[in-house]
Amino acid sequence: MDKSVNKQYYRKDMSIFWWTRKWTHIRFILRELTSLSVAFFALEIVLLFFSVSRGPEGYQTFVAVISNPILIILNFIAFVGLIFHSVTWFDLAPKAMVIKVGKRPLPAIVIAGSNYMGWIVVSVLIFWFLTENT
Amino acid sequence: MSLPFHECDVLIIGAGGAGLRAAIAVAETNPKLSIGVVSKVYPMRSHTVSAEGGAAAVIKDDDSLEHHAYDTISGGDWMSDQDAVELFVKEAPKEMIRLEHWGCPWSREDNGKVAVRPFGGMKNKRTWFAADKTGFHMLHTLFQTSLKYSSVFRFDEYFVTDLIVEEGRCQGALALEIATGTIHAIKAKSVVICTGGAGKVFPFTTNAAIKTGDGMALAYRAGVPLKDMEFVQYHPTGLPFTGILITEAARAEGGHLLNKDGYRYLQDYDLGKPEPKPVLRSMELGPRDRLSQAFVKEQESGRTLQGPYGDFVHLDVRHLGAKTINNKIPFVRELCLKYENIDPVKEMIPVRPVVHYMMGGIDTDIEGATSLPGLFAAGECACVSINGANRLGSNSLTELLVFGSRAGRSAATFSTRQDTFSTGIGSLFEKENSKFLSKYSADNNGSESIAEIRNEMHSTMEEGAGIYRTEASLKKSMDAVKSLKVRFENVKISDSSKTFNTEVTSALELSCLLDVAETVIQSALHRAESRGSHQRTDFPERNDKDFLSHSLAYKKEDNVPEIKYKPVIITKWPPGERVYGRETKQS
Amino acid sequence: METIEIEVFRYQPEKGSDPAFQTYEIPLNKDWVILDALNHIKDHIDGSLSFRWSCRMGVCGSCGMVVNGKPVLTCATFLEKFAPGPVRIEPLDNFPVVRDLVIEMSDFLDKLQKVKPWIIREEEGSTEEEYLQTPSQLADYKQYSMCINCMLCYSACPVYGLEPGFTGPAALALAQRYNMDSRDQGNRDRMEALSDDTGMWQCTFVGDCSAVCPKNVDPAGAIQRYKVEGATHWWKTLLLPYGKDR
Repeated sequence: MDKSVNKQYYRKDMSIFWWTRKWTHIRFILRELTSLSVAFFALEIVLLFFSVSRGPEGYQTFVAVISNPILIILNFIAFVGLIFHSVTWFDLAPKAMVIKVGKRPLPAIVIAGSNYMGWIVVSVLIFWFLTENT
Repeated sequence: MSLPFHECDVLIIGAGGAGLRAAIAVAETNPKLSIGVVSKVYPMRSHTVSAEGGAAAVIKDDDSLEHHAYDTISGGDWMSDQDAVELFVKEAPKEMIRLEHWGCPWSREDNGKVAVRPFGGMKNKRTWFAADKTGFHMLHTLFQTSLKYSSVFRFDEYFVTDLIVEEGRCQGALALEIATGTIHAIKAKSVVICTGGAGKVFPFTTNAAIKTGDGMALAYRAGVPLKDMEFVQYHPTGLPFTGILITEAARAEGGHLLNKDGYRYLQDYDLGKPEPKPVLRSMELGPRDRLSQAFVKEQESGRTLQGPYGDFVHLDVRHLGAKTINNKIPFVRELCLKYENIDPVKEMIPVRPVVHYMMGGIDTDIEGATSLPGLFAAGECACVSINGANRLGSNSLTELLVFGSRAGRSAATFSTRQDTFSTGIGSLFEKENSKFLSKYSADNNGSESIAEIRNEMHSTMEEGAGIYRTEASLKKSMDAVKSLKVRFENVKISDSSKTFNTEVTSALELSCLLDVAETVIQSALHRAESRGSHQRTDFPERNDKDFLSHSLAYKKEDNVPEIKYKPVIITKWPPGERVYGRETKQS
Repeated sequence: METIEIEVFRYQPEKGSDPAFQTYEIPLNKDWVILDALNHIKDHIDGSLSFRWSCRMGVCGSCGMVVNGKPVLTCATFLEKFAPGPVRIEPLDNFPVVRDLVIEMSDFLDKLQKVKPWIIREEEGSTEEEYLQTPSQLADYKQYSMCINCMLCYSACPVYGLEPGFTGPAALALAQRYNMDSRDQGNRDRMEALSDDTGMWQCTFVGDCSAVCPKNVDPAGAIQRYKVEGATHWWKTLLLPYGKDR
């Protein structure tokens, strides 16, 4: 059975700046953009390992390069971005992870909370490791 | 553009619970048959979606088919055909289990079995429920299940304007494609009407806007009688403006019905004494029809309140406190807050009796077949009859499964036996098209407003054919409806567009409503007795000697419908007294 | 009586012109929802205004529109909330407009069929006995079964706006509804339709679908859970190509 008729629809186009009209959309775009911060730090750590593998001189060169004021500012911006990205990410975790204990799913705050806890514990451990070894 | 002609083996009109169940039944009976499903709305918009309470079927060991049958028959004041009821209660559990197998999220007991709850007028608990959204879940389960059959082809948002009747049998339907204003001819070897009720004949109703009796009118115009149309069920507590139903649970928890003086008026109507705590079978927990009738008496004595949407009384639950209201009747509070801007914790709820269900409908046998070969019907639009003079709560959802399925199987068998169509459909199509262009278009030069005719029909139905009727009131209403029908011939269409013209569909709906209205009035006029939901103040007693029979309303051109009768089928349960009060056990 | 101005989006294809807003002045009635206002206009001011509605109690899903920029069910949105006005009423975003406030939504019905929203089992059980399902198993999918197909989530979803091929929130949530039903065995049958390039991976988790859902279905959550499952499935088939993963 074929249904053919002439239909004229009105279609509204979406502007490329669609995301500027609502705070939730701006926040979403920021969350997506700040993944660049994550990439930035990942790259930096890879470069750090690479320079350390080349001995003390390599490490000295690396420190000298990242002491550049422009890089310090870049690092700072990326750090703020990373914090934003992590917070939004952890807040979303309960949506994707539903863990049932017995017959009831764990409340969202427990899932998000355990993510934050893990974050803090790992950070403290790294901080402790660094301060104990210098 | 190809000509708008289509062919299918079975055409189903209406895609609510009964229509979808019928479609699945056809697909299962004979997978080779092509099935057209035409509906004026998308299937999931159908009014089945609004049913809250539940669906009855015997499944627990302490219950029996015999009990279900007796509850149905006594509830229907012995107007039900008992062979149909026996068959209904027997097939009900199987149908309900199939729906469970298709995924309906029935509420469960801890051991994983389906849970049942008590309901008005029942001896045992047998109402299956899916929280307080039973109809919604049933409809969506049926719709989603219907998607798996490739033989089902839907015509969504097509309004059927006429049945195609050739060589003495029904061979399809003509339908207006709402999006384009084009008339299509859908040829079919058999047709099943599943278009639901016609609550919109009345001003105050729980029914959705789409329930305009379209299918009843289609069959009626094709010469098929409408059966038992005088029986219209009221629910005593609906919100006056929207008709949203406030469940009996609000009264079972201890809500009071108060007139304008703040007085619990039910004590004046032989319904017991006012106690602070709710007492089963008394006062606010009396039977539905008695409560509705008491409202009318109060109204006549001038003790109801007047609001912008007519008279009302108050349902007061404030004394229960926010905690009880939130725990026990959260849905009541949600409905009032969300859709009527009233908070029952702080304010009294305005309520009044509202039309809930039409027991009558297209006359069918237990196979869903009508007197017109090739035409079948099921659901609220049909009258088998299992509901008699008053439907038992939670039978309607089960009915649409049992009889939707039966009508589907019958139609499939009928279509399998037919091999050809008649040839004359082209001229019928031309005729309909030209009628349509001259009547339902902005060029018709009409002057009568759709809204005004509708409003006048509403008030005359409420006044003359409402909860209480008399010969005089019914005759007055009939005169009014007759003159409205004359005025309708001159209806004004101001919208000249062919695209999604809802003024045209409103006019089509109104023409159906007017036809249904005249059958309700005429059947009520001829039934000179009081039985179930039909109450005549001039004939207050039930009269089994003269009226233990179904009324049949036949269409007469340019005249009032002709009323004939056929006897009620009695198998095991001779007419007895209808004992009131059991309905109060529900929550 | 106080009045309020309503600006309604009007589009009639026959007139061949671009859409425009038409302003109506109507009574500001405390009892009225937006839908009542539209019906008042239709019955008493302008019979040519087209829109869909039916149950007026938030369950049929017909009357979704964009009111002052937000997709809502107009039967559950009071007019009073927008006093002193004006109120702007538009058809749902991201859909082709047929006329005035009426959108074309058959695209959704095709997508719904694609995700196989029905119970899949090798054999249907006997009609004598129900499948057992505990209240806790019911609770696993119940939320996702509450979708009324009102299309507000599609209107709120920028991904659907940019990529109309995207299966979209409601259809994906309904697929998940069946996947998580203890009676269903069709997880694998649905996986293909859900993980192709129009399926769940197109979702970037904006989350607006869940924010506008009038029935708290949380389609965004359903899709993310499905992604976790999809990714696990992919790893399993990569690491254990010959093993059975169910």
